[in-house]
Amino acid sequence: MTTKKKGDVLVEMRDIRIDGFSDERWHQIIKGVDLTLHRGEVMGLIGESGAGKSTLGKAAMGYTQPGCKLVGGTIMFDGIDLVKASEAEKRKLWGSRIAYVAQSAAAAFNPAHRLIDQTVEATVGHHVQSGEEARADAVELYKALQLPSPETIGGRYPHQVSGGQLQRVMTAMAMSPRPDLIIFDEPTTALDVTTQVEVLVAMRNIVEQFNTAAIYITHDLAVVAQMADFIKVLRYGEEVEEAETRKMLSKPEMPYTKSLWAVRSIEKQEDISDDIALEIRNVDAAYGGTVKVLHDVSIRIPRGRTVAVVGESGSGKSTTARVITGLLPPSSGEVLFNGTPLPGALKDRNRDQLRRIQMIYQMADTAMNPRQTVGEIIGRPVEFYLGKRGKAVEERVIELLKLIELDESFIDRLPSELSGGQKQRICIARALAAEPELIICDEVTSALDQIVQEGILKLLLRLQKELGITYLFITHDIATVKAISDEIVVMFQGKVVEQGPKSEILSPPHPDYTELLLSSVPEMDPDWLDGLVGSRAAG
Amino acid sequence: MHPVLATVLQRLGLGVVTLFFVSLIIFSSIEMLPGDFGEAVLGQAATEETVAAFRRELGLDKPAWLRYVDWIASVAQGDFGTSFSGRASSGVDRSREVIDLVAPRLWNTLFLAAYAAVISVPLALFLGITAALYRNSFYDRFVNAATLTTISTPEFFVAYILILLLASLNPWFPSLANVTADMPLWERIYRTSLPALTLTLVIVAHMMRMTRAAIISLLASPYIEMAKLKGVSASQVILKHALPNAWAPIATVIAFNLAYLVVGVVVVEVVFVYPGIGQLMVDAVTTRDIPVVQACALIFAATYIILNLIADIIGIVTNPRLLHPR
Repeated sequence: MTTKKKGDVLVEMRDIRIDGFSDERWHQIIKGVDLTLHRGEVMGLIGESGAGKSTLGKAAMGYTQPGCKLVGGTIMFDGIDLVKASEAEKRKLWGSRIAYVAQSAAAAFNPAHRLIDQTVEATVGHHVQSGEEARADAVELYKALQLPSPETIGGRYPHQVSGGQLQRVMTAMAMSPRPDLIIFDEPTTALDVTTQVEVLVAMRNIVEQFNTAAIYITHDLAVVAQMADFIKVLRYGEEVEEAETRKMLSKPEMPYTKSLWAVRSIEKQEDISDDIALEIRNVDAAYGGTVKVLHDVSIRIPRGRTVAVVGESGSGKSTTARVITGLLPPSSGEVLFNGTPLPGALKDRNRDQLRRIQMIYQMADTAMNPRQTVGEIIGRPVEFYLGKRGKAVEERVIELLKLIELDESFIDRLPSELSGGQKQRICIARALAAEPELIICDEVTSALDQIVQEGILKLLLRLQKELGITYLFITHDIATVKAISDEIVVMFQGKVVEQGPKSEILSPPHPDYTELLLSSVPEMDPDWLDGLVGSRAAG
Repeated sequence: MHPVLATVLQRLGLGVVTLFFVSLIIFSSIEMLPGDFGEAVLGQAATEETVAAFRRELGLDKPAWLRYVDWIASVAQGDFGTSFSGRASSGVDRSREVIDLVAPRLWNTLFLAAYAAVISVPLALFLGITAALYRNSFYDRFVNAATLTTISTPEFFVAYILILLLASLNPWFPSLANVTADMPLWERIYRTSLPALTLTLVIVAHMMRMTRAAIISLLASPYIEMAKLKGVSASQVILKHALPNAWAPIATVIAFNLAYLVVGVVVVEVVFVYPGIGQLMVDAVTTRDIPVVQACALIFAATYIILNLIADIIGIVTNPRLLHPR
């Protein structure tokens, strides 16, 4: 990344304090953070979820979301005091001089209006440009962001284009009034790695081209390393440290920052086995009998090992899991468990077959009944599958809680009283309660912060060592795959691209798709994106 | 063919099928009514032979399934049959075609329903949108409380209060809505003002609350926050970003209430002595005038089906996912 000449101070925030209302009381979310941003600079704001980075980013616009209030501090934007400014004055700035790019473009676009109308809405509404000029300019921006058919894509509705395209249209929307400042709020978190690369390149080029200042919010260090001139690390609403990107990556000073770096370094020794626990043979599957999503899928899962299934969204990973569990009977092919075929449909399987295969989901929140206590949640499969009653159930629940490193005081808690990591642990305990042979983990760490992720992955590895459980680990995150798997299955558009031991799959030569997938995973190197763009252009 | 057109045609077909099943239900429930027209007209004193002869003349001696087939076949050709009333034991036949009895009454009912709808739908939308815009304000609470009060009061009571206030204490409107066919339009409007106002007060709450709720449920959407962060004003956020996505539930509730205006207003008709179809049906039931009862019930069913169909279509065409498929 080229070092840019610093302009004047654009945003100056001093001693910002923001409270948020939850669980019937006010909590401090931001506890006195300073922030200075010059014209043309890109600041990376990183931290775990709940660190307050998004709240702080929006505060830089003078916006506090419903349920939050600014209780102290000053926000100056180019000489305008945003704390004292009226709503009308702030509205005049928003969408003309300050723009916002939201995390999920699919949700942040209004489904009822065409993309072009939403792109120019603020620009025209604030009389920055006439409708005609703004529309012509939007087409130019679409071109600059390398959107397909830039002349006509604006006439489409949000549901008619892909997530990566929407995110680029949203960047065009932010850029349309040529703002002085753009807040990027986790703009690529919801995207696949292969799509993320394109969006990152597009966003970085356009920010550089117009010398726009930006605050780039993310929890992904490798991503921010590509985008930012300097990085500020937040934790629990306080600043941990701030430094120039290269310095931050090579010599982080604070222990917390170092720990963020360390997460990426767990790696499991690969261990290959020929004792097959579950085999999927030539499975085709379709939704509603018409939309075919799996084409001739064959996967072998060795006993006591971890097979990771990787691929972008829509590749058929989760559908494969649905076929194994019997939620979606295959239209042809079969699933063999310990050498014997399993009935295709859930209702045809007996209780013991059900018990042996358990599942853990991405959203621990929605996978638990919010009205049941932890004891009931874990106790239910103990009763249902193992026929235990009364005291025996409670003893088993306490045992299971110990196994997942929680003490027995958790037994009476409700899901709402648990943190994200604890919830996922409870889900793991519930799966273990059935004493299964195979656990299907569907993106179980995707919704978690890196540090919590590390804890869950370590727990899963330990349980495998102690109990000899087999895992089918579905994920789109290559770092997780490296950390946990013995074998890897790469899926693309409902087909298996390749299956093999981790060491083989991760080292060249790769089939084209695997190559694209692996090379798209951001690395902790500020020059990675430039290098990648260069090599792809050359190739 | 555009998929939306296909869906609409499919719904239309389903509507016809529904109407067919409803006709079965109507016919069999009328079969289950105790007593028949012959006994009702001829009275206790009639001999069994006279009743039997009378029944034969009306075709009531045929088996039920045959009468159903006859009826549904002629309805399909637009013939609702001949009313039983007007026939007397003396043998004099002054009976009229059902269509001649029903048509003017139906026209009156539709007129009153349209009158009430023209006032209540825009009013409900306006109140609902403004209440959503100024949610939790005094205005919002007031509108909610006021509409709740009118919906919780029995409609005849609302009618009497209006008569007391607007016809008796202040003689601005007539308390009787006895319209005739040759009455000029403005006279008709003037005379039906009080019943229309009564109906408005009765149905506005439901529609207004749904409009408010449908809009407010969308206000937590990320695209609403996005619109705010683009500097869009509060009223534009509601009108341009929330409302277009809220039409489907609002249209459903409006359709439901409009159907009520056609089929459920007999009490109001009675209070204002308005010659609507509701009264006609009640009279026909008391005299066991089966062809008229069947015709009215079928019209009511068709009203519900058609209005719900329209609401469905509005739900489809306001959803870009369906209107503009990938």
